[in-house]
Amino acid sequence: MNTTAASHAVELTGLSRKFGSKVALNDVSLQVRRGRVFGLVGANGAGKTTLIKHVLGRLKAESGLVRVFGFDPVSEPVETLSRIGYLSENRDLPAWMRVDELLRYTEAFYPKWDTAYAEELRRQFGLDPRAKIKTLSRGENAKAGLLIALAYRPELLLLDEPSSGLDPVVRRDILEAIIRTVADEGRTVFFSSHLLEEVERVADDVAMMFNGQIVLTGALDDVKENHHRLILRFNSPQSSAPIVPGVLRITGSGQEWTAICNGKREEAVAAAARVGGRVVAEDSPSLDEVFVAWAAAKSK
Amino acid sequence: MQLHVSTGDGVPIYLQIANQVKYLVASGRLAAGDEIPPIRVLARQLLVNPNTVARAYLELEREGVVHKRHGSGTYISDTGSPLARKERVKILSERVDALLAEASHLQVEPQELIRLIKDRSQSIQPKENK
Repeated sequence: MNTTAASHAVELTGLSRKFGSKVALNDVSLQVRRGRVFGLVGANGAGKTTLIKHVLGRLKAESGLVRVFGFDPVSEPVETLSRIGYLSENRDLPAWMRVDELLRYTEAFYPKWDTAYAEELRRQFGLDPRAKIKTLSRGENAKAGLLIALAYRPELLLLDEPSSGLDPVVRRDILEAIIRTVADEGRTVFFSSHLLEEVERVADDVAMMFNGQIVLTGALDDVKENHHRLILRFNSPQSSAPIVPGVLRITGSGQEWTAICNGKREEAVAAAARVGGRVVAEDSPSLDEVFVAWAAAKSK
Repeated sequence: MQLHVSTGDGVPIYLQIANQVKYLVASGRLAAGDEIPPIRVLARQLLVNPNTVARAYLELEREGVVHKRHGSGTYISDTGSPLARKERVKILSERVDALLAEASHLQVEPQELIRLIKDRSQSIQPKENK
């Protein structure tokens, strides 16, 4: 399959991976559509970075299939990596280089490198060309990493926890780069994050990982519309969380409890009524609450 | 046009954008014929996905609040008055709801509240109307 035939930027089918006896990825399937922003969310250790390493071809699938624009990242690394701009969580840049040396060095690897764009980004990010990488602050380091991921205008921008440990100003730069990548040229962004507020802002599609599994995936709007937050009131104080079938998570105390449910709202309301709870208010949960609810449901 | 989006309160971002544009029209800060920013520009300004802004604009277009001019941009429509009235009523309704809740808390009956509103209304009338 070639680039033009592949409809997805990234396609994982039944991907599994173990490290020793620990299951890191368990039958993971997902599709990242072209021209979309895809947010991969999950707690630390859920398997996000392992998944991304398979996309980059740094890990070989033990079972299942990995395709990037139709290419196999392990057997076709050139075709794959020439299309990906990658920012790692650790931003492992050569510490001894100066910023201008880093740009020249990286440029040599990419025929499509856009010198003018690189210079524009360098100015916008306020990076001193003569500064040594090892003297850069954490935020500047992230911006330097982002710069070299963007400057050859990759078809897929792949970011592993891009905002992790950064101040709001740098986070803004990163979000802006994501928006610009899709808005201006219709390219694809695939990023992992545990900052759900950011994912909610910029993602078209999301997948939630929990213990190496995808527990929920879909368009962000659908995910938000399909989950409901119900405030339940009971006639007498409940000493422990009421068991309501069909509800992902229930929290609260006394007579009032908050239930998060997925999709089948009517069934959840009926189930609540059977144990003596009536709905006194309802609205939509944030993505954060949806995630916490799923994590709770899967930990049961 | 200055808009603000927030996450975490459950209101979809496209709806926040659409509602705020409607509010600006209803309150007169956007007038018929005014151009609103292109999708990409607003997306970068608000740091939200451009598809989200596109969805908000589509919603506004469907409701007749804005219209596209071929190849030039998106503008506030002229037929805004019925909607503007609806929106004004909606804005006031929220204030009235808050007032009613407070009145109930203070054990003031709605009838008494209506009398109070009439009294206050008369006391702030301009003198020449008397």
